[in-house]
Amino acid sequence: MKIKEILTSKEGEKLFLLGNEAAVRGVLEGGISVASTYPGTPSSEIGDVLSNLAKEAGIYFEFSANEKVAFEVSTAAAAAGLRSFVFMKHVGLNVAADAFMSTVYTGVKGGMIILSADDPSMHSSQNEQDNRIMARLAHIPLLEPSNPQEVKDLLKFGLDISEEFEIPVLLRTTTRISHMRGVVNVGKIIPGGKKGIFKKDPSKYVVVPQFVVKMRQRLQEKIIQIQKIAEKSKLNRIIDTGGKELGIITSGAAFNYVIDIVQEKGIKVRVLKLAFSYPFPEQKVLDFINTVDQILIVEEVEPVMEKEVLFLLGKHSLNKKVYGKLDGTLPIMYEFNPDIVSMGIEKIIQGKFKKEKTLKTQLPLPLRPPVLCPGCPHRPAYYALKKAIKKLRLNEKDIIYSSDIGCYALALQPPYNMADYCICMGSSLGVGSGFTKATSQRVIALIGDSTFFHGGMPGLINTIHHQEKLLLVIMDNRTTGMTGGQPHPGVPLDGMRNPAREISIEEVAKGMGAGFVKTVDPFNLKETEEIFIEALKFEEVAVVITKHPCAMITATENKKSKKKLRYKINQEKCSRCLLCIKNFTCPAFFINQNNLVNINPLLCNGCGVCIQICPKKAIEVIK
Amino acid sequence: MKNIYKLYLIGVGGQGTVKASTIIGEAAMRKGLNVVMSEVHGMAQRGGTVVTELKIGDAHSPLIEKGSADLLIAFEPVEALRVLDKISNKTFVVINSSPIIPFTVSLGISKYPEVEKIIEELKHITDHLLVLNAREIAREAGNIISENMVLMGAGAASPDFPLDKEIIIQSMQENLPPASWEVNLKALEGGYKKVQELRR
Repeated sequence: MKIKEILTSKEGEKLFLLGNEAAVRGVLEGGISVASTYPGTPSSEIGDVLSNLAKEAGIYFEFSANEKVAFEVSTAAAAAGLRSFVFMKHVGLNVAADAFMSTVYTGVKGGMIILSADDPSMHSSQNEQDNRIMARLAHIPLLEPSNPQEVKDLLKFGLDISEEFEIPVLLRTTTRISHMRGVVNVGKIIPGGKKGIFKKDPSKYVVVPQFVVKMRQRLQEKIIQIQKIAEKSKLNRIIDTGGKELGIITSGAAFNYVIDIVQEKGIKVRVLKLAFSYPFPEQKVLDFINTVDQILIVEEVEPVMEKEVLFLLGKHSLNKKVYGKLDGTLPIMYEFNPDIVSMGIEKIIQGKFKKEKTLKTQLPLPLRPPVLCPGCPHRPAYYALKKAIKKLRLNEKDIIYSSDIGCYALALQPPYNMADYCICMGSSLGVGSGFTKATSQRVIALIGDSTFFHGGMPGLINTIHHQEKLLLVIMDNRTTGMTGGQPHPGVPLDGMRNPAREISIEEVAKGMGAGFVKTVDPFNLKETEEIFIEALKFEEVAVVITKHPCAMITATENKKSKKKLRYKINQEKCSRCLLCIKNFTCPAFFINQNNLVNINPLLCNGCGVCIQICPKKAIEVIK
Repeated sequence: MKNIYKLYLIGVGGQGTVKASTIIGEAAMRKGLNVVMSEVHGMAQRGGTVVTELKIGDAHSPLIEKGSADLLIAFEPVEALRVLDKISNKTFVVINSSPIIPFTVSLGISKYPEVEKIIEELKHITDHLLVLNAREIAREAGNIISENMVLMGAGAASPDFPLDKEIIIQSMQENLPPASWEVNLKALEGGYKKVQELRR
């Protein structure tokens, strides 16, 4: 399939879509005019597809500076009567939370749908938070799809509900849904792309105490009305395989495991699948509970529905056994899989399913952690920084490397070991600033370009204002790298691939009042090292911007130009000092069976920085 | 065909595992079968292990239960050993004998076992083991980058594989740029032929 088909395929056609691709088709069928995001895995591909298709679809799409801004952009569109779509990874909703919690008070005019991609088991995240709780905190209706088809259908449904009740709606996926591919029957696209009109009404849109008291009441009324819809909704459905001893309540990816086990093992149960799960359809659940002897709740990742069910039982003075996370039938944390859910069901029906013997290898397995790519500009920046520290005879043990969210956090691995603390987007500066006050240790903060615009700027202002001695390295690789390469305010391109105003990080830092600001190309190791030495001697905040395009950008350019340089080791010159492997650690280098250093041509990206490192000049261009 | 055919692919970031899996999945859809697939994105792709799981047939979740894979395609030898819990003596295993040595081995913090030992261990587990040098076959086809097509072709030649070669080729052409078809087709056919020879 070509990406374009997500837009061009006609009603009734079938596509093999990733959950994130199906999301784009869903909002196009829902008639959106505006979409916004800040990239974050597992939601990133939605933005990549929209970036590709928005122009042709006639809608507006942007990569915003951060999730809060993205949220506000979509909020404005919805207030102006347009349908809008804002999406982010689960922790992105924390950044947007201030807007999220109040937009539900003002309400919307056009439909507004929020997609949060949660990450149970933290495949690429810093925590495992369950944003179904965020829906409850804000009183925002919640939808939970189980596959790409449902992602598409529920986004459209959510936009309709949102517009009908003038309230934003949250759709929660998990990694297994966002990154699951399945057959999707597509529907009809409703063209969006009109300009909206904002009708002034401060009593509806200005959240001052004078108005919010009434807004709160209106919200309560909406939630009561929407609960009635959830009670009757066909999205909350029962699958009956002919038993009444056990009832299973489930949602999202967990439903898939349950239904596959039930069908494969031929278990007789009643399954209630909840896809419209907040406001919680109490009556529907109660009716279901009354038809079965005992209940099992299978959900990821917090026991959210389980507590709702326990509450219901208490409220109605019912005495029924509830199995789930809280009694240990299922694990309290991490994502599920068919084997885990199978074990949980086994415990209740007290029968053993037939299982294959689990095999294990007898051989030691090499570690293969994610690494900085060959040709990555962060690597020489770290290399030069390490050399500068050594030259100044600073003790690395006394330096706190305050790192941030992005590829550069991969420097926590040897031989660099340059990430000591990292909690969230932009934290390198806030935390770094705190360490300078709380300790006498030296602080070096490391942040990427996109992350700097996202959440680093207030921290830098704070650090400069308080005149702290701190070295800030802004690793500007001209893209949002870790999520696959999306533009940000520092590049002259926007999310629709139109020209955009490029914001200079150097000017921003100078404008904030930093006394030392220098930009250097990290591919020039000597100059980079010299600037780091100078910066480390500076008595206040020193900002060094290491600026060179991401290896993914270079790889694309190499492909186009077909001019990639290739390198080899001249074995006669090589002294096997292993600086290239032990200190620089480019993954293209390896030691072969004959104990000789070699370069893997498939991995080498042709950057040639290694030539500057080799003391014997043994690395040569293949002519 | 069995009710549900379970296919597990494992490789290293950059080897084109996800692309090969998508081509197979789309071919299944084209044949009118239901298909679900799970893929890895993000952090795990920076040179780390990449896994995709496919179920063709009446399944809702793509995640494969322990010991139940019908076919395992390992794009890299040692990676096969990471997922022994997914296979049994009934599983058909296709393995590429060309290793990609991780930097942790060069740094001396972990060891890479000899490829012969990996193969030996797999032979103890399954009678259905097929070893091929996919990199070499791809090189002969014209580009080592087509390793993934060699392995896809090899998988397609395994017994019980629910899709025929022609539909896979069609799906490949729908997913890859025309300029690459010739080399990729040679690679795919190379892998297919190799497995047919080995099965004789």
